[in-house]
Amino acid sequence: MSKQITVPFGPQHPVLPEPLHLDLVLEDEKVVDVIPTIGYVHRGLEKLVEKREYTEYVFIAERICGICSHIHGQTYVQGIEQIMGLEIPERAQYLRTIWSEYSRMHSHLLWLGLFADSMGFESVFMNSWRLREHILDDLEATTGGRVIQGVCKVGGVRKDISPEKLDEMVKGLRGIEHELQDLTNVFLHDSSIQHRLKGVGVLNKEDAYYYGAVGPTGRGSGLAIDIRETGYAAYGKINFKPVVEHDGDCYARCAVRAKEMFTSIDIIEQCAKKIPDGPVDMKVTGAPDGEFFARAEQPRGEVIHYIKGNGKKNLLRHRVRTPTFTNIPPLVTLLKGCDLADVPVIVLSIDPCIGCAER
Amino acid sequence: MTFFEMTKTVLKSLFTRPATLMYPAKPAKKTPLSRGHVSIKPEGCITCRSCQRKCPTQAICVEVKEKTWEIDNMRCVVCGVCVDVCPTKCLTMETQYRKVLTARGARDKFTVAGPKKKEPVAAEAAKPVKE
Repeated sequence: MSKQITVPFGPQHPVLPEPLHLDLVLEDEKVVDVIPTIGYVHRGLEKLVEKREYTEYVFIAERICGICSHIHGQTYVQGIEQIMGLEIPERAQYLRTIWSEYSRMHSHLLWLGLFADSMGFESVFMNSWRLREHILDDLEATTGGRVIQGVCKVGGVRKDISPEKLDEMVKGLRGIEHELQDLTNVFLHDSSIQHRLKGVGVLNKEDAYYYGAVGPTGRGSGLAIDIRETGYAAYGKINFKPVVEHDGDCYARCAVRAKEMFTSIDIIEQCAKKIPDGPVDMKVTGAPDGEFFARAEQPRGEVIHYIKGNGKKNLLRHRVRTPTFTNIPPLVTLLKGCDLADVPVIVLSIDPCIGCAER
Repeated sequence: MTFFEMTKTVLKSLFTRPATLMYPAKPAKKTPLSRGHVSIKPEGCITCRSCQRKCPTQAICVEVKEKTWEIDNMRCVVCGVCVDVCPTKCLTMETQYRKVLTARGARDKFTVAGPKKKEPVAAEAAKPVKE
């Protein structure tokens, strides 16, 4: 048996944009064991719920993550609305869906760029971020914020989109669709990328289920779990199919994300067609009394917000289980047995967001 | 053919302007809804403290006796709640970002008009009597 050595990886590493620390136990070039450590960016946002009113906390819930910010805020207000038994206007539901899909696209484009960068493909990194700018411009024009949208509130949304702007947005998305196609073609058909990704970091379906993989990590392994299918917000009225790949390697996870962007464009177009007229918010009185588990599908997977209130302005407990947190055990499984050179690609292939995972 | 596709991309990149902007030499691209920073018209403020109560980060401090309105720009997250709740609409959201800081502390303090005095109303009520 050869000698084992331990190589620290992260929290600061040239290709890893997240403060995740991995102790890689190596035998020659093979990784035999991985010990993950988190705890570098803990901010105590869950505790803050006791100090802020439940209506103000939406803004804090949004700041849990810098990428899926809108969906965090949306899940939190969905939980509050369920406890209080509020039936929010249908237009607000559709608007939330549109903005969720926009944030999914911007997250996936960001991830594709970072993923290309981790393989040393820097021009694709810049091209995907250039396309992402189009999405961010639309988000800013409709909500006021590029990354932190701040449009969700208990009982609806804070901003409305005019029908002309909606048309313009759909046309704009259809306009960049062929550019997106060009970009995803690089990821799906380029031989050097296939050589780098195919067969690397294979997670089979049983392991994915057993270790609780969510989102594209699970769907890349053939687990057809997509919380959007439960029909929260306006997803119940939209026709779409979750993208599922069966290989379970880095290429499959990449393909799921690349293809999901086109599903998002479809969903936005359907929403723009079906969106009814009417108010976008309602007056809310009282405070939540009860508890609820709110679930939603983020770009990275399923997020759960547990909310417990006792009829006062401040909530008793707020607990978030983010997709990255659940994807760390599958990541450890993935890394065992791989080469040291493949570690950055495999870690990035689950789209880690440690800021989310630690709150 | 792949070779010509690449040529197309190269030519396109040669003759289009860069996708980036030379910020801050040129102002950032902004839309009417953009949240840049909060500004106040001091003459309109009635020190009702709605903004202070609703601020999720407790960045705003209103002193009723001294008639001052203070914002800690490093705490402010530019959510726009104060602008929404302001009853006199003296708070507005500017679309451009605040200037870069060069020293510690980012508190802006304004002396404001304060609550409307009762005297003008009394004077107006007294007018018909004078006539």
